[in-house]
Amino acid sequence: MKALIPIVLIVAVLLGVQLIVSFERPPVDTVQQGFRGTGMEENINPRTEAKLVEANQAPDSYGPTEPGGPKASEIYENVEVLGDLTEDEFTALMISITAWVSPDQSCAYCHNVENMASEEVYAKQVARRMLQMTKTINSQWKDHVADTGVNCYTCHRGNPIPQQAWFLESGPAESAGGFNASRQGQNVATERAGYTSLPYTALEQLLVEDGNIRVQSASALPIAGQPGVGLQATESTYSLMMHMSDSLGQNCTFCHNTRALGNWEQSNPVRTKAWHGIQMARDINNTFVLPLQPLLPEAHLGPQGDIGKVSCNTCHQGVSKPLYGAPMLTDHPTLGVASD
Amino acid sequence: MVEYQNIFTRIQVHGAPDLGVEAGDSPVWRGKTTGKSTLMGRIGDAQIGPFYLGFTGVAALAAGLTSFMIIGFNMLASVNWDPIEFIRQLFWLGLEPPAPEYGLSIPPLAEGGWWLMAGFFLTLSVMLWWVRVYTRARAHGMGTHVAWAFASAIWLFLVLGFIRPLLMGSWSEAVPFGIFPHLDWTAAFSLRYGNLFYNPFHMLSIAFLYGSALLFAMHGATILAVTRYGGDREIEQIVDRGTASERAALFWRWTMGFNASMESIHRWAWWFAVLTTLVGGIGILLTGTVVDNWYLWAVKHGVAPAYPPVWDPAAVDPQMGGN
Repeated sequence: MKALIPIVLIVAVLLGVQLIVSFERPPVDTVQQGFRGTGMEENINPRTEAKLVEANQAPDSYGPTEPGGPKASEIYENVEVLGDLTEDEFTALMISITAWVSPDQSCAYCHNVENMASEEVYAKQVARRMLQMTKTINSQWKDHVADTGVNCYTCHRGNPIPQQAWFLESGPAESAGGFNASRQGQNVATERAGYTSLPYTALEQLLVEDGNIRVQSASALPIAGQPGVGLQATESTYSLMMHMSDSLGQNCTFCHNTRALGNWEQSNPVRTKAWHGIQMARDINNTFVLPLQPLLPEAHLGPQGDIGKVSCNTCHQGVSKPLYGAPMLTDHPTLGVASD
Repeated sequence: MVEYQNIFTRIQVHGAPDLGVEAGDSPVWRGKTTGKSTLMGRIGDAQIGPFYLGFTGVAALAAGLTSFMIIGFNMLASVNWDPIEFIRQLFWLGLEPPAPEYGLSIPPLAEGGWWLMAGFFLTLSVMLWWVRVYTRARAHGMGTHVAWAFASAIWLFLVLGFIRPLLMGSWSEAVPFGIFPHLDWTAAFSLRYGNLFYNPFHMLSIAFLYGSALLFAMHGATILAVTRYGGDREIEQIVDRGTASERAALFWRWTMGFNASMESIHRWAWWFAVLTTLVGGIGILLTGTVVDNWYLWAVKHGVAPAYPPVWDPAAVDPQMGGN
């Protein structure tokens, strides 16, 4: 028996260490937002906040540009999206894009520097589509991005492929397949599903395909002939909500009154913003991102050959307002205008 | 003073093996092998055995093992037969019921067939074990209280995995096998059906569950507190009330004005335990079949209070009936 005591002590210490490093220690600062007692609040951990603030700083401003002068389309060849800018505005934006997206690779990441008008580098075509996407987000999705807007830096943060883009997840180990039970896209530990057993396929179901997110019925009693949503779909919704919670660095109660998660009247109005965000992510993925997949070299695709896609975390990166709400359209207002 | 305290004792009674009273049915399955364990003697009786398996015991173990193997090997297959991943992921691994499109039909093995089979053998195993509990009690001339308490737990098990899915018309409504998978299912179940906390039978079940724990603590503490007066011989105290009973009863009348009797406390405990799963099963059975959103049901019946508006303007559903 006595020989067991040190072993038990070691195990207890290891478990204790595991416990301490697994959790964020209290106290966490909370800002009450809902009615008292509902726990509806914004959480800020003062020990991790400084790091988050440091990692989410808006880029340096290029500064004001001179108005007037000839248009970019009159000076340069093959300017499809930004032709209405003055030469000075155009150059400023090109320099900003380089700083936002490919600071290490410079102009040559997209352009053949011998002939800037050439289309031979695939990245130039991607960049053009991304500019159209940015303009669409800022003009069509004001319900989500408001007047703060987004620019390339919101996602890219100095990387040609945004680090928080996501690829199809297949879990840490393949299933044997055959007549063995399928694990139905869940039941292994993945970061994607917040280390739960919930589906790790929720992002493709709900941010690419327009799967059903609403699972609660709007009536107290079942309605004959109207079968409700299944529990598997509920688990996918739950998984997406975990992703949103992770991405925004907030709890469920940031948006919801958890006694009635589906009820809008009791929700924080920011939930409406989040709803538009989900629609926006679907639009971005389907209209802009996925069609670019054939253009990309294999090295930039995921392990399953898919292009990096957009989720809440691609912009938010742990903060409820990306880059703490810094206005992103001040230097280059053209990004806020719809493209033709 | 001679002292005998089970648990924490330094004294253990090791005598000739006690094979129990004659049961009258001279069963062929009745074992005669016994052993002694000092370790077990520290927490209970030092004698291990004799075991009685019987037909139902053997069949229940075989069916249970079949179910366990189906679940285990499918979990192992889900990480491509990798034993290290199997251990690393063990809490996450699961065996899922069929998808909703299969309804109540028998799906292919990979699509829920194994789940159906595992569920069948597990149910068979539990039912056979119940028969064993019942017949053993009868054979010894005991009451069948244990069997009926067990039946209450089986009721909840059957509602979750069989009866409710039947009423809903789909196996997909049933619980997956697996540690985290079944917990995630539980959370999803409450999310889907508008918060189970507003289900009155869930409320009752929780009250009985916590009540069971409270009664167990109160009774255990009371008896331990009066063992020095012979209170641990509860049965004798029921028939011939002694000073232990008197003191325990007066203690509770002093502290809360009322005392259960030496007999009734066991009925209190039995009913609290049995009602936990009995009303819990009713609550699950009503969910989705009779009530689709428990929060809205509670609003309709004046159970859930309304909070004053906080936000101006309040949040509005951005798309009625959309996703």
